[in-house]
Amino acid sequence: MVSVVYKAPDSIQAAISILSEAEIATKILAGGTDLLIQMQGLVNESRLFVDIKKIPEMMQATLGDQGLDLGPSMCCAEFTAREDIRAVYPGLVEAAFLIGSTQVQGRASVGGNLCNSSPAADTIPALMVNAAICVIAGVKGERSVSVEEFVTGVGTNCMEKGELLKLIQLPRPAKNTSDAYLRFIPRTEMDIAVAGAAVSVTLDDEGVCTAARVSIGAVAPTALLVQEAADALIGTKLDDKALQAAGDAASAAASPITDRRGTVEYRRHVVGVLTKRAAQIAATRARGN
Amino acid sequence: MSEAREFKYIGQRTIRPDGYDKVTGRANYGADLSLPGMIWGKILRSPHAHANIKNIDLSKAQAHPDVLAIATYQDFPHVQSEAFQAGEVPTDIIDLARNVLADDKVLYHGHAIAAIAARSESAAQDALSLIEVEYEVLPPVMDVADAMKPEAAVLHNNMFTQGLAEPADKASNIASRMELKKGDVAAGFALADLVVERDFYTPTVHQGYIEPHATTVRFEENGQAMVWCSTQGHFDVRASTAKLLNMPLGKLKVVASEIGGGFGGKTTVYLEPVALILSRKSGKPVKMVMTRDEVFRASGPGSATRSHVKIGAMKDGTITAMQASLCFEAGAFKGSPMGPGCMTVFTPYDVENMYIEGYDVVVNKPKVAAYRAPGAPQAEFAAEMVINEIASKLGIDPIELRLRNAAKEGTQTVYGPKLKRVGLVECLEAAKNSPQYQSALKANQGRGLAAGFWFNIGGLSSVTINMNPDGSGTILEGSPDIGGSRASMQMMAAEELGIPIDQLKPLVADTEHVAYNATTGGSRTTFATGMAVIEAAQDVVRQLKERAAAVWNITAEQVDWADGVAINTTGDDRLTVAEICKDAEKTGGQIAGTGNINARGAGPSFAVHLCDVEVDPDTGKVDVIRYTAIQDAGKAIHPSYVEGQYQGGAAQGIGWALNEEYIYNKDGIMENAGFLDYRIPLASDLPMIETVIIEIPNSFHPFGVRGVGETGIVPPLAAVATAVSEAIGVVMTDLPCSPPRVLAAIHGKS
Ligand SMILES: Cc1cc2nc3c(=O)[nH]c(=O)nc-3n(C[C@H](O)[C@H](O)[C@H](O)COP(=O)(O)OP(=O)(O)OC[C@H]3O[C@@H](n4cnc5c(N)ncnc54)[C@H](O)[C@@H]3O)c2cc1C
Repeated sequence: MVSVVYKAPDSIQAAISILSEAEIATKILAGGTDLLIQMQGLVNESRLFVDIKKIPEMMQATLGDQGLDLGPSMCCAEFTAREDIRAVYPGLVEAAFLIGSTQVQGRASVGGNLCNSSPAADTIPALMVNAAICVIAGVKGERSVSVEEFVTGVGTNCMEKGELLKLIQLPRPAKNTSDAYLRFIPRTEMDIAVAGAAVSVTLDDEGVCTAARVSIGAVAPTALLVQEAADALIGTKLDDKALQAAGDAASAAASPITDRRGTVEYRRHVVGVLTKRAAQIAATRARGN
Repeated sequence: MSEAREFKYIGQRTIRPDGYDKVTGRANYGADLSLPGMIWGKILRSPHAHANIKNIDLSKAQAHPDVLAIATYQDFPHVQSEAFQAGEVPTDIIDLARNVLADDKVLYHGHAIAAIAARSESAAQDALSLIEVEYEVLPPVMDVADAMKPEAAVLHNNMFTQGLAEPADKASNIASRMELKKGDVAAGFALADLVVERDFYTPTVHQGYIEPHATTVRFEENGQAMVWCSTQGHFDVRASTAKLLNMPLGKLKVVASEIGGGFGGKTTVYLEPVALILSRKSGKPVKMVMTRDEVFRASGPGSATRSHVKIGAMKDGTITAMQASLCFEAGAFKGSPMGPGCMTVFTPYDVENMYIEGYDVVVNKPKVAAYRAPGAPQAEFAAEMVINEIASKLGIDPIELRLRNAAKEGTQTVYGPKLKRVGLVECLEAAKNSPQYQSALKANQGRGLAAGFWFNIGGLSSVTINMNPDGSGTILEGSPDIGGSRASMQMMAAEELGIPIDQLKPLVADTEHVAYNATTGGSRTTFATGMAVIEAAQDVVRQLKERAAAVWNITAEQVDWADGVAINTTGDDRLTVAEICKDAEKTGGQIAGTGNINARGAGPSFAVHLCDVEVDPDTGKVDVIRYTAIQDAGKAIHPSYVEGQYQGGAAQGIGWALNEEYIYNKDGIMENAGFLDYRIPLASDLPMIETVIIEIPNSFHPFGVRGVGETGIVPPLAAVATAVSEAIGVVMTDLPCSPPRVLAAIHGKS
């Protein structure tokens, strides 16, 4: 059992002072769908929970000409209901829509998914292909890092004591750009990705791919941005051969482990399949834009 | 069985009497009872799969200020080896004791070693870490094939294989061997144009009941004790617990709570004897609730099996010989359902020559418990896969092949009796005519069909019906209701008494308010307890007629009974149930009927399932796209609950076939002890399961009932695996057909 001191500041400033002055182990609480489960089984320990859901800007999302400013703690149910956001970043929204179930999405947040930094987190590959920036606030001020820099290992990230993720910024995609995210699980829902792949592509007026980003999840300690897979798409019309090459590059870049959710061989193969299929969907979407 | 009987209530879809309490959350389950002064018990479990216990030091835990009692194996009164049956699977009382609390050896990861009762749940949990146990770790034996090897580490050095021609001279992991035969298989195979033989594997699986094991107990100063628990059989909880603790039955009252699923897994004891020891030592009521992790690691799953099946047939589809070798894992202690596995494996077939051998083998996994038709799904999976392969190789439709060889009235079973009238042929005909069988398949899709058989059982049931002065009544039965049986009891009593069902309230009484009832298992309740209900209702009717006769001054023989009304055959007077009950005090006192039976003549139930799947050739993922379950119910008392049993059996069987398995690491530690990674099917994973109820009456039951609870889990394993095999063009012999395994099969093909 764990004993908990609970605080719910109403501003980022207040949250930072609580976090930096805390004398016992401190945990930031967003939806709690990772955190509360991780607290189970702890014996005789105390924790300070700093609930950030009372801070208005943590809970909002604004879509403008520059792109999306996403308050990290907005719950996935609200986020995925935003038609305006879905129209611009369908892959990110579908990633958020995969988390848990309807009930879990009523609490779970994209920021929580990112800060928990699991190798299998569904939104991280989708954030990466959209070149998302993490704005981190702390006593010393603010700093911005890319998602690739943010996540440093299995369950670890670059934030230090007293810091919190304040904002997730996504640039507005170029014309004829779209994204897609797919994951593999053995069932239909309520499961953790065996492998995942996000792809974003930009097409010119002839339908030739001028820019691409490919990110794969659950096949390495962190989600990986795979440049070789993107290169296999750029300059092509995203024909079957190019998609296959991107899939093969993704498989080659993967360094998975064997565990209860899948074997090395299986994950390596499936991440290629997902990459190919996600690229196909992103291409179809980009052509329709 | 009166063929022409027209039913008034039987066959209706009435509202279940326990429904309101369940949907409003008012129903009280195993963990819902709290008593004044109650404390909490928690169990220290083995971190090793196989180890000798060198020493247990309780001193630090005893010194903890919140700890009020500790229990270990030493707290059992001297238990001696003795064959003991309580619940579904036979056991030895000493094995039961050593499973509940380990003696000098731990035999699986999660094996209970000691229990602590403390003032709070968290204090009990925390204090567990103060118990110091010294282990000598031994190599774990995790697979039946390894366990049977001569060089395998031996779990019990006093266990010698039973059932061998020559008595065993060396201890081994093989608890027993059995053999069943009829005819001459060698001669049968010689007649065959085609012989197919294969090896099969099925993994350890859990019943997956949603409610974890839970109990609250109170041991009183006068030696009287009460146990409240979630169980399929409170009388057998009483028998086992009293035996373990050397208590007279009359001192132990067991109350069955509402039950959140059992499927055979709640037919033995884990927590109850331990909680009673803690309560006796502390003088306080004790509550114990397992976590999901504990349920997976330390309750009784279904056996993993390795089997070999060989079947021969002539070109026209006549099967000439069937042979099987079935190796069942028992878990840590002997007593797998190998016996029923051997008895059921080929029973859907009327074939002259059969030879079956079975092995009951111990491994370092939790002791198995019953799981819905225990032993049959694993055994019949292997047989049905080979039958389907023969059909495919001979170019005969799998239904036609089965019709040609189907068991029917008069078929000599390999285990003894001749079959009475059964409904397999009717199920096969229904499958042939089903919309699903008529439909076409697309690319990457496959269809599988399989038959299934389960005996069903009868046994002891006792029922009392107490009539109230307003003509309503209470049915006191003793069969915990795991599938809607209270509704069926209510309907059967109403039919017999001729009064509306809402005039009758069915209750599952505790061990002190009704006589002994066998555990709810073996699909016995609607059949056997139903028969006791009918007998009790007939007893009430007999008394009502006597009372009416007394009013009219005639003999009881001169009173007729129809539709809940007594009729004076010497005049035209009528008296209703309510009128007779109202004046009961004037005619001899209140009215109560009883039925006490040892039910014989349980009717076997056959089923045929049809499964269509679509396989993603790039990932190996299998989607069940259409499914039909066809089964003989004898008579469906409440058709919705019969259909529910068919659908539930199919859903569990699909899970077994597709994704469910205990995954162990090299140290014998289960890696997926939770519903996240032990993947039972979700609602969204399954299509609506279509059902067809066949009704071939069982002549031993007044309404024709056969049990329906178990057969439905027998066919799905082969139906699903055959569908997958058809879709990918490779025979899937090992379960589960999980995506990595299916993809490997696809890749292995090219
Ligand atoms: C039943 C179930 C199913 C699930 N299914 C999925 C799934 O399909 N896919 C998937 O990816 N995940 C899944 N998860 C995991 C979880 O729901 C997600 O990771 C979710 O997005 C976490 O969000 P949260 O707001 O609940 O985070 P929390 O649990 O509140 O926080 C997670 C971690 O991030 C930290 N944190 C949160 N916000 C901030 C912040 N702004 N700044 C700094 N640190 C912060 C917390 O301190 C904590 O360490 C599932 C969980 C459950 C219980």
